[in-house]
Amino acid sequence: MLTNSSPADGSANADKARWRKIAADGLWKQNPGVVQLLGLCPVLAISSTVVNGVSLGLATALVTALSGATVAALRHFIPNEIRNPVFIMIIAALVTCVDMATNAYLHGLYGVLGIFIPLITTNCIVLARAEAFASKNPVRESALDGLAMGLGLTLVLAVLGALRELIGRGTLFSGAELVFGDAGRALTIHVVPAELNYQFLIALLPPGAFLGLGFLIAAKNAFDAKSKHRALLRLAEPPAHPKPEAAR
Amino acid sequence: MSESPQAQARRSAFTLFAFAVVCTAVLGATHALTAGRVKANEAAARRALIGQTLPAGSFDNDLVAEAHPLSAQDAESLGRDDGARVYVARLAGKTTGYVFEAAARNGYGGRIELLVGLSTDGAVSGVRVVSHKETPGLGDYIDSDKSAWPGQFLGRRDETDKAWKVKKDGGHFDAPAGATISARAVTGALGRVAHYWREHATQLKTLP
Repeated sequence: MLTNSSPADGSANADKARWRKIAADGLWKQNPGVVQLLGLCPVLAISSTVVNGVSLGLATALVTALSGATVAALRHFIPNEIRNPVFIMIIAALVTCVDMATNAYLHGLYGVLGIFIPLITTNCIVLARAEAFASKNPVRESALDGLAMGLGLTLVLAVLGALRELIGRGTLFSGAELVFGDAGRALTIHVVPAELNYQFLIALLPPGAFLGLGFLIAAKNAFDAKSKHRALLRLAEPPAHPKPEAAR
Repeated sequence: MSESPQAQARRSAFTLFAFAVVCTAVLGATHALTAGRVKANEAAARRALIGQTLPAGSFDNDLVAEAHPLSAQDAESLGRDDGARVYVARLAGKTTGYVFEAAARNGYGGRIELLVGLSTDGAVSGVRVVSHKETPGLGDYIDSDKSAWPGQFLGRRDETDKAWKVKKDGGHFDAPAGATISARAVTGALGRVAHYWREHATQLKTLP
């Protein structure tokens, strides 16, 4: 039987599948925040609002993607004995550049995130991806892996930030002016009217971060278990046969 | 033939050195590109913060340019062991107010840095927290961005030190139950500014 598919198509499909797998691993299956439980210090400390969480998450994603690409590009020039110091040097340099750029172009946000931007250097996610993936894979895939892992963390920070901000203050997107200037104030949503001065302290304080993260991990595990169960049921179902025509 | 251990060590050392040089160059370039903007941002943020302690439209001068350093002893009396400045506000050349750098060392989380604005008759025109480490959601009500609590100081110019305390300690000012330490610290710092004003008003009015 003749087909139109060529070996090139097969390799393109394989590439697509691999890229999809890398993205899915970072965003869901191997999510650094709720599966690998890496980088919990900033996750717990900065996730008090959506804006703070997303901002730090994106800064981390940028560093993870850039460090992944850099390590992958230079992996053949780095002797095995000194790979860790070199990786850390690359990461520290990139983080310092992001730190300076944030201070220059998002000064208000820089004041809020403070020490947590330089601390990206010590974030396990960044070094772990450089060591486990970028040092063994080509540049584009390493950049995608870093970006996917960073965005996976950003997703966790955003959801946790939204939960804590909503329950703790009755708002969403407060502090948007730190990113978008005074125009950003219009983005703040007061779910609970501001004049009520609503506050639920435990959500805003560190215990709220721990509880929130615990619920997120539980929710993800429950969702995964349900999906697995559904998949097993589908496999167990006998194939649907067309009904035999009624005898005339 | 495989590399000798010495050659391997030399190669590793050279590689590490090369990476250090490149990373340093990248950082130097980034710093050169952003330093001017960072400096301008910091000055603008400080200018805005100082300006918020004075009534809108009450000055037309560059407050940062009109900064007068205080003596070490005076700075100490305002709670600052690292020096302090007073900023003079002017409108059409006429003095309209003063902004003092002050600090409270006895906050729950440690040092609280403040800017306190006074009008020419010594009444408080504004209070801004520059930095603090008070518990978020509990002690951070001292920040006017977080609550209206600092508003109670506006217009106050009590002549006695006794008045500059929280009600719990026999003073004039409210403090949220369960988080009095932060209020006590800020109120005390404002009391020190008021005291300094009473002692040095004549001197301050002659500042160039």
